[in-house]
Amino acid sequence: MKKYTKTHEWVLLQGMEATIGISQHAQELLGDVVYADLPSVGKSLKKGEILCSLESVKAAAEVFCPLTGTVKEINETLNDNPEIINQSAEADGWIVRLTITDASEFEGLMDEGAYQTFCAAHQ
Amino acid sequence: MSDSKELKKTPLYEEHVRLGGKIVDFAGWLMPIQYPDGILKEHEHVRKTCGLFDVSHMGEIWISGPQTLEFCEYLIPTNVTKMKFGEVCYSCFCNNEGGIVDDLLLYKKEEKRVLLVINASNIDKDVAWVKARAEGFDVAVENASAEFAQIAIQGPDAEKLVQPYASVVLCEIDFYHFVVGRVNGIEGIISRTGYTGEDGFEFYVNPDAALPLWRKLIELGAKPAALGARDLLRFEACYMLYGNEIDATTSPVEAGLKWIIDFDKNFFGKEAVLRKMEQSSGRKLKGFEAVEKGGIPRHGSKIWIGDKEAGVVTTGNKSPSIDKIVFLGYVPSTVKNGDIVDVEIRPGKTIKAKAIKTPFYRGSVKTKKKS
Repeated sequence: MKKYTKTHEWVLLQGMEATIGISQHAQELLGDVVYADLPSVGKSLKKGEILCSLESVKAAAEVFCPLTGTVKEINETLNDNPEIINQSAEADGWIVRLTITDASEFEGLMDEGAYQTFCAAHQ
Repeated sequence: MSDSKELKKTPLYEEHVRLGGKIVDFAGWLMPIQYPDGILKEHEHVRKTCGLFDVSHMGEIWISGPQTLEFCEYLIPTNVTKMKFGEVCYSCFCNNEGGIVDDLLLYKKEEKRVLLVINASNIDKDVAWVKARAEGFDVAVENASAEFAQIAIQGPDAEKLVQPYASVVLCEIDFYHFVVGRVNGIEGIISRTGYTGEDGFEFYVNPDAALPLWRKLIELGAKPAALGARDLLRFEACYMLYGNEIDATTSPVEAGLKWIIDFDKNFFGKEAVLRKMEQSSGRKLKGFEAVEKGGIPRHGSKIWIGDKEAGVVTTGNKSPSIDKIVFLGYVPSTVKNGDIVDVEIRPGKTIKAKAIKTPFYRGSVKTKKKS
């Protein structure tokens, strides 16, 4: 199941593995991504901590970790082709896979409908 | 956002909205920062074919009267007498502290009529500045910003695209020269200038003619490009941006603009410029390339040499043309090409960067012929 945060990350949870990226909406706001500063595999992060930063031609944006866990895998393709985030923010442009420790944190996130409403209200 | 003052619109505002431009407040103007294709695509159009910019927010000042040229010699550090009629020069207004009030283009039109083109953000300040300097000269200073819309067509294909619709032979207009002519029947100033590092023209026309001219150029194949691409293009070409590379505290010499100054003549602010040179502020604007990953230095990022804070970044970005993270910054004038510095990319994190020669990229822009 896929859920969203108020800081515009998406999380796809499969068992205790969470795939994380930024939303299509966030991608549009950010503009052309030219650099992704990815975390190292094995890094432990708490919910709400900075997961990584993305640089667009306009500005830098921080991506926050939506759930507590350990980085299991990073999307290495983004090192050379960060524009994948623009082309496919919610699929091929995933940023990390996290082994999470507390699945209940996922409950607090927004489903797609709630997220769309949230975005519309914050235009 | 300045909500106290009503934001200004160029004659092309509705067209930008229609084209899907993302509108921002730029120096009190509602301007597109990008169109739906995005900044990188717009950048690519300009570098490879041809892009079209609305730069109608730029300010214009007419100086006219018997002492026009004499006054201009005093007003700016560049030698105006040596210029031909129909020639343009890049220059600046120097303040009394050795800094820069604004940078500008001067169009030497006639003996008694000269046009200055200034930054949108500085129009009121500049008009007041020029009027104050004009005291005692037999000249009239007129803020003509509302008289002109300005459209820039930039890119290697600009000339061949416009020529069939131009009343003049474009290849006869040298770089930094202009003529009065028509494009698709629309009369205005046709100037071989730009802010992208590519060949191209800037058209100064009546605001009513802006939309038909814009649409014609789009129909001919020029792609709309906005402020985001413009900033990236000018940055790669290492052109100054007022408020970034230059301001009231930076001297033209530190900024690498000594070439615009004629020290053999008298001009306002000359003593201060000389004083600043003698005191040797000890810093200069230099180009750098990141040699380590980690992020992109931005305007205001600190530069370190060893454990000493040694300077500041004026503009930084990833250059799509050379596929490198590069930046401009003020550093001690002892820094040479090849030297390594540390630059902050966010508080507490620095990366290594190497001083390199500028500009970062040289496009199709013509060079000025020596007269």
